[in-house]
Amino acid sequence: MGDILRLVFKRLGLGVITLLVVSILIFFAVELLPGDIAEAVLGQGATPETVAALRTKLGLDQPAIFRYVQWLGGALTGDFGVSLVSGERVSSAISGRFINTLFLATYAAVIAVPISIILGVIVALLRNTLFDRVANVVTLTSISSPEFFLGYILILYLAVKTNYFPAIASLSADMTFGELLHRTFLPALTLVLVVTAHMMRMTRAAIINLLASPYIEMARLKGVPPWKVIVKHALPNAWAPIINVVALNLAYLITGVVLVEVVFVYPGIGQLLVDAVAKRDFPIVQACCLIFAATFILLNLAADVGAILTNPRLRHPK
Amino acid sequence: MSTFVIGYYALLIGASCLAAYFKRREMFLLIFSLTLVSFVTGIVGGAPALRLITTCAGLLALAAGTSYAFREFLILITPEGVAKELRTAPLTAAFGMFVIFTYAIAGIFAPIIAPFGEAQVISSAFAPPDETMLLGADQLGRDMFSRIIFGARNSVGLALLATGLAFFMGALAGLLAATKGGWFDQFMGRFADVIMSVPSLVFALLMLSIFGTNLTVIVIVVAVIYSPRVFRLTRAVAGNVVVMDFIEAAKLRGEGTWYLIRREILPNSTAPLIAEFGLEFCFVFLLIAGLSFLGLGIQPPTADWGSMVRENATLISFGELTPLIPAAAIALLTVAVNFVVDWMLFRSSGLKEV
Repeated sequence: MGDILRLVFKRLGLGVITLLVVSILIFFAVELLPGDIAEAVLGQGATPETVAALRTKLGLDQPAIFRYVQWLGGALTGDFGVSLVSGERVSSAISGRFINTLFLATYAAVIAVPISIILGVIVALLRNTLFDRVANVVTLTSISSPEFFLGYILILYLAVKTNYFPAIASLSADMTFGELLHRTFLPALTLVLVVTAHMMRMTRAAIINLLASPYIEMARLKGVPPWKVIVKHALPNAWAPIINVVALNLAYLITGVVLVEVVFVYPGIGQLLVDAVAKRDFPIVQACCLIFAATFILLNLAADVGAILTNPRLRHPK
Repeated sequence: MSTFVIGYYALLIGASCLAAYFKRREMFLLIFSLTLVSFVTGIVGGAPALRLITTCAGLLALAAGTSYAFREFLILITPEGVAKELRTAPLTAAFGMFVIFTYAIAGIFAPIIAPFGEAQVISSAFAPPDETMLLGADQLGRDMFSRIIFGARNSVGLALLATGLAFFMGALAGLLAATKGGWFDQFMGRFADVIMSVPSLVFALLMLSIFGTNLTVIVIVVAVIYSPRVFRLTRAVAGNVVVMDFIEAAKLRGEGTWYLIRREILPNSTAPLIAEFGLEFCFVFLLIAGLSFLGLGIQPPTADWGSMVRENATLISFGELTPLIPAAAIALLTVAVNFVVDWMLFRSSGLKEV
């Protein structure tokens, strides 16, 4: 067991370092601004006095490294400073929206993961048949479409023309859980369509890769029934690639969610990020970017750790 | 029961019987399952649903026919070597090439094809289609059709530029890393890791919020975000070539790094790089479309597909299809490129699945 733990901790350590480097990147990217934040926010018409005043208010007169440490320390305790535009605390603007985004992503993942793994396995078993080729074309089309295209098509046919679901996913505090699921169904479905296609293709590739290995052929030759070949011989070895596929695609959800939130006017963190970018509200942009990047890195980390835990060969490196 | 419905089922059942008689198993399965699906949809949706299925099938057949004809046309006009390769192309790849060809024509000859200028206001906002305006007007009264044609030039052109730059940077760094090795290799590898560990759209938004949204910034930012992918692939491919004997021989001859890259390594790693260029283009194109859709890409009044969707999105709540046409144009091109890349990857890797 000691070996596994060491391997996992090594990977975790690498993840923490990546996260640190990314946070440095996010913080110092803003330092690249021509002039500094104060000048960028106040614009050209600002007098030197107002710029200087804002500079002191934001603490820009201190060295950048000092501010970075302060910012990172604040970020770890959930304090991201104050919004430049509204003067509101960034953490209070983000917290509710972050939960909404997590809810949407979880909703999509709960639907997408089982469906795509089952479909992926089926397609892999039926490989090179007409069904497989049709599935290939359909998934490729779904991957190639921008998220907003799928989103608007769903709005047009399931909201405007037939009225099954609301087109705009506005939330309020006093909704029941069923109502919440109904309201957010279309954005979740859009994400499901994109992610399912990705996951199906990756699962198919992983399973086909596996079915080509000699021990599967051996099992077949000694007369094991086909379902047993899959369940007993292929599946235990397939866990590692499947966990990998799931984690990578959940990470993909993170980016997809930004566009989908804008299409459906969903009060999530992606929408907040886009608004903040348009208004050049840097503290919010930095906070949102850090959250997205951290989630992304964590999911990739989970994929790697999952692969280590399920693959005995990785557990005992030579 | 109208004549259409009777004819519809008669045709399907007849076709499935024929397929079964001639022992075309897959064909039979396809047609007969379509018949069964039609029973259900026919009961639920009535004749309109069946009409929809017929239209879809007709469109599919049309696309297949066009791609078949286009492939034969290409085989005839290209020299022997290329024609031989083209004969192995599946219909999907031929369809992809046809679409790319059409887009190229639309992009290059945009001012001639489009009836109006891209920023020319010719009628009232959201005017419905008539004889002069094929698809109606947009939110400022500009001709939708002309703007879509010009969009082919602007959106695709920008994406091509960004992909080219990403490819240039990534491939150059990858080749240098593979030939030089050492600290340069290590440094570039870690640098690529960091860039790839931030989601691309989020990274692009961060950079655009800092540097503002003009075209140069977009091209450079997108190129930087996607060059690590090219870097990794080039490094891996070139890494396999570098250890070959003929590289050793060239080194002993006293050739410089630049000669090695240009004359020895590059010619031996083009096939996967070309396929990667196609894939990379899809990613870049979708990212730029997403940015434009968010209002942070190409700025008005320049016609661009991503921002056109957003500007006209209000029409969708009135059940109009027109705002979706630019989005469909984006999707169609990406699908087409993917189809071609799929075929090329299959060919270049000699990938034969079991």
